[in-house]
Amino acid sequence: MLKKYFKNFYKYRFLLQEIVRKNIKLQYRDSVLGILWTFLQPLLTTIILVIVFGRVFGRSDDGVVNYPIYLLCGRLIYEFYSQATKRAMRSVTGSASVIKKVYVPKYIYPLANIISMFVTFLISLSVLVCMMAYFMIFTDSQLRLTIFTPLFIVPVLIALLLCVGVGMILSVLAVFFKDIEYLYDVFCMLLFYITPIFYQLGQLKLPKAFNMMLMANPLYSIVSMFRSCVLFGEMWNWNWFWYSLGFSLLMILIGMALFYKKQDKFILYL
Amino acid sequence: MPKPVIVVDNVSIMFNLHSEKIDNMKEYFIKLVTRKLHFNEFWALTDVSFTVEQGERLGVLGFNGAGKSTLLKVIAGVMKPTKGSIAVSGVIAPLLELGAGFDMNYSGKENIFLYGATMGYSRKYIESKYESIIEFSELRDFIDVPVKNYSSGMRARLGFAIATAVEPQILILDEVLSVGDAKFRVKSEAKIKSMFDKGVTVIFVSHNTDQVRRLCSKAILLEKGKITARGTAAEVCDIYDELVKKK
Repeated sequence: MLKKYFKNFYKYRFLLQEIVRKNIKLQYRDSVLGILWTFLQPLLTTIILVIVFGRVFGRSDDGVVNYPIYLLCGRLIYEFYSQATKRAMRSVTGSASVIKKVYVPKYIYPLANIISMFVTFLISLSVLVCMMAYFMIFTDSQLRLTIFTPLFIVPVLIALLLCVGVGMILSVLAVFFKDIEYLYDVFCMLLFYITPIFYQLGQLKLPKAFNMMLMANPLYSIVSMFRSCVLFGEMWNWNWFWYSLGFSLLMILIGMALFYKKQDKFILYL
Repeated sequence: MPKPVIVVDNVSIMFNLHSEKIDNMKEYFIKLVTRKLHFNEFWALTDVSFTVEQGERLGVLGFNGAGKSTLLKVIAGVMKPTKGSIAVSGVIAPLLELGAGFDMNYSGKENIFLYGATMGYSRKYIESKYESIIEFSELRDFIDVPVKNYSSGMRARLGFAIATAVEPQILILDEVLSVGDAKFRVKSEAKIKSMFDKGVTVIFVSHNTDQVRRLCSKAILLEKGKITARGTAAEVCDIYDELVKKK
């Protein structure tokens, strides 16, 4: 039975390519700044965050090494997660007109949207590269490139898996419950504050129970791994790896199960 | 012995007509708890069975609401039957509404590849058909314009051109030959006739008995979700015309 799904997916691989291509093209087509904006937005928002929170959370003797880079790492991952999952959430309902007329495997839509947002994310990583280069060349910071630095690709891929899983789940729920879109927007806002993006977990001086709850956020593990490689140049804590990987794969399994069980009913609600 | 290309076996489709449409979580939860989740069953199709052999042209007649579009959607794989089964062999090009796979912000040219991919075709294959699509649709000068700026006639021409260029084994036509100006109608009928000669299997839904008589070999009549007549196109068209007169 699983073989049937793989065959079907293989047949529609062109559609996946075309939708990814379309999303990327249309994202920049009519805008003035175009691709420049993908670069400017993280830069500008990081500058604002540094100005606002730098005094309180960003003293470099607190072990942050370099506050702007610390911020940027968290912010880039968060931004990818929140934008990719929001777009995936709207992808099935947004393609209602096609789904009602032609047979297509519906999980293609969240998958294609997440891949196109992933490409945007990779472009935005160039901001990180530029900022690190600036700090390493023009200031005497503690940033250094080590053999662990290229391992940043691992948390990035785990983030991709997480987005695919959560995106699939959300896209199914959005078909049946229109208000999930509003709820999730609020949830993402909350997520920005409970993920240690502009602060360090230790700085909050919370009781152990709260700390544990915040660490249960898979983005905490992913961002921590990313920072280990890029900011500190060290190997990450393997707990983070197993937890975030396991969480992401679980999300994908739930997403696939939801699609399998519910996709025949979509047409009645679209 | 021509092989059956579409087998519809005792297919029934049931829709739940809620007394109020529930589409958010709060209402669903409240109704679940207060036990007000009513389901109002509506059987759009009941025990529909027929086979279509390769190269046959089947006409589907019936009044509005008889279940014709639902039947086409089940054959196209867009809907799953509540009971019974459907077996289809071959690529289906559904012309259920011309230009359904289009993205409005994309140009005509880009949409050609997108639409082709929606039916499972690779970019290379569509490239080989590109010229004939442009020619048939007569949209060469407008092909780089976003489709949202096309007139409905232009979209119809483009959709039709793509769907017929890809040489499907099964063609499903839902009253689409009545779209467009007279020139386009003549052209599309001629194109469909040329596809007949290549052995395409066709399912054709229409209210126009003249067209059904001209284009189809067999026909079925649907009334309120059940097949009430089947036979040659001429026979069933006569029955349908009688029913129309009675109303």
